[in-house]
Amino acid sequence: MSMTTTTAPQTAAEAELAVQARQAPVRSQGYWAGVWKRLRRDPVTVACALILLLMFLAIVFAPLLAPHDPYQGSMLRRLRAIGTPGYLLGTDELGRDMLTRLLYGGRLSWFMGIVPVAIAFVVGTVLGVLAGYAGGKVNMAIMRVTDVFYAFPSVLLAVAISGALGAGILNAILALTLVFIPPIIRVAESVTTGVRSLDFVDAARASGAGAFTVVRVHVLGNVLGPIFIYATSLISVSMILASGLSFLGLGTKPPEPEWGLMLNTLRTAIYVQPWVAVLPGACIFVTSICFNLLSDGLRQAMDVKG
Amino acid sequence: MIRYLIRRILYAVPIALAVGFVCFMLVQIAPGDPINAIVPPDAPGDVVEQVRREYGLDKPLPVQFGIWLMKVAQGDLGRSLATGRTVWSDLSTAIGNTLLLAAVAALLGFALGCILGGLAGTFRGSLLDRVAVGTAVAGVSVPHYWLGMVLVVIFSVQLNWLPAMGAGPGGSADWSWDWEQVKHLILPAVTLSVIPMGIVTRTVRGIVAEIMNQEFVVALRGKGLTRRGVFLHVVKNAAPNALAVMGLQLGYLMGGSILVETVFSWPGTGLLLNNAIFQRDLPVLQGTILVLAMFFVALNLVVDLMQTALDPRIRRA
Repeated sequence: MSMTTTTAPQTAAEAELAVQARQAPVRSQGYWAGVWKRLRRDPVTVACALILLLMFLAIVFAPLLAPHDPYQGSMLRRLRAIGTPGYLLGTDELGRDMLTRLLYGGRLSWFMGIVPVAIAFVVGTVLGVLAGYAGGKVNMAIMRVTDVFYAFPSVLLAVAISGALGAGILNAILALTLVFIPPIIRVAESVTTGVRSLDFVDAARASGAGAFTVVRVHVLGNVLGPIFIYATSLISVSMILASGLSFLGLGTKPPEPEWGLMLNTLRTAIYVQPWVAVLPGACIFVTSICFNLLSDGLRQAMDVKG
Repeated sequence: MIRYLIRRILYAVPIALAVGFVCFMLVQIAPGDPINAIVPPDAPGDVVEQVRREYGLDKPLPVQFGIWLMKVAQGDLGRSLATGRTVWSDLSTAIGNTLLLAAVAALLGFALGCILGGLAGTFRGSLLDRVAVGTAVAGVSVPHYWLGMVLVVIFSVQLNWLPAMGAGPGGSADWSWDWEQVKHLILPAVTLSVIPMGIVTRTVRGIVAEIMNQEFVVALRGKGLTRRGVFLHVVKNAAPNALAVMGLQLGYLMGGSILVETVFSWPGTGLLLNNAIFQRDLPVLQGTILVLAMFFVALNLVVDLMQTALDPRIRRA
């Protein structure tokens, strides 16, 4: 107990004030500092972020890390087991080094998984915010078209569009983008409708701000977070679907390394080297689950509901 | 209620038409002349022109859509380019197989999802909760076509317990619940069930946790109701939303089984689609997608109506 009674709190109310004063620096920190702090304390999210970062670096620096050429095979060393000297993860059905092909394959798999969500995020946010803010007929028009695409199960829609357009990376990306735009529109529309009716938006409008300014200054800041979180949760699905399209022969074409396509061409090898054959799928799984958990962690840290 | 019923059913009509239009457009966006979806590419020129006139492909697009729609309404989905049979003849057997697979997978996934989700929601924060959440995340994150391969490696290649391919001697046309048939169903059904398992676990956990936090549960406990009694109250409150999610999942299973069917060569709509894509057999592609999408539209309608009927809290005008 301190003897400097002059500074010691005398009443409960003063004690409360003192506690608040001590907490003040913590409270005044920004929203993002709080998010960052919560994220760092979440071991699962941190682990997932680290794994994804390592994978990202590995596929970016694939040419430096890969021990062999991704296309150069040899009939003499087909389907070696995992742990073969010089071929750490074995070789594929054409005698190409698996480690090398997995490193290079990640480039296309990540690209095809993330790009559709990124494009859909931009397009879906624009259309959804427009529908939510404008309301009325604009809302009707955008949301009814969205309903139509909702009437297809997502895998079926992706297969239908890329199946009709034919195999190819661009067609697969186009198909996946079309799959992800409608759900993002729905989320964007619903959060925008919620924000639009809040007092500060009315106040901004009443003080003469134009629609564009209101959306840019007052609406976007409040809706981008939830939409972004939702979009990150789609990356996992997108990775699985993108590799799935390649697995069906609709995405990448051989001999290009891509995890889904590698899984497909190695299917015939499951009786010879089963554990080599399932490696590309394990890569998809790890990426997908990490993106999923990272998205969950972000949602909690940013305190977004839904 | 009756007004809502009528409005909801009427609303499904434009959606179904629009879905039909999207399916119609699939052939239009396909590279090359849409006529190639009807006659083989090596047909002589005068035959091509004759068919073009017969099918009305020389007319403007909206008229073509009308003609196509009339045919579809009469059950004519065209003919397969690869086999020459009507699309419907192949499709009808395939749908039976897919429905069988999807139904079994749904039962597996829903049962496990409800149990895991219910327990996790009741005992939030427990070890059990963490295991359930982990299982759910793994279930929705796993590329199921890969899981299928892993299961084949374990149970077909290594242990030699279950067959890796096909639907057994009978298929769905001559399906019987004996071991020879059922053993072909196990691996594909388990593989397909992981996604609904994950989603249902998450959903049920969320719903149950929310209900358990409500005051009426405390009140029921307070008045001394047995655990069983409280459980029944929670189930009654959770059922409408949980059933709605499960209903839609069945539709996703029907449409999403293409990858699993490809892995296991299960003779359903997915394998049919896969073959159609490889042979660029556009009528089969279009017909299959149309029928599956229409099934999904109908399912959406049924789920909405069922949810309204089951849940007195939803008062829709």
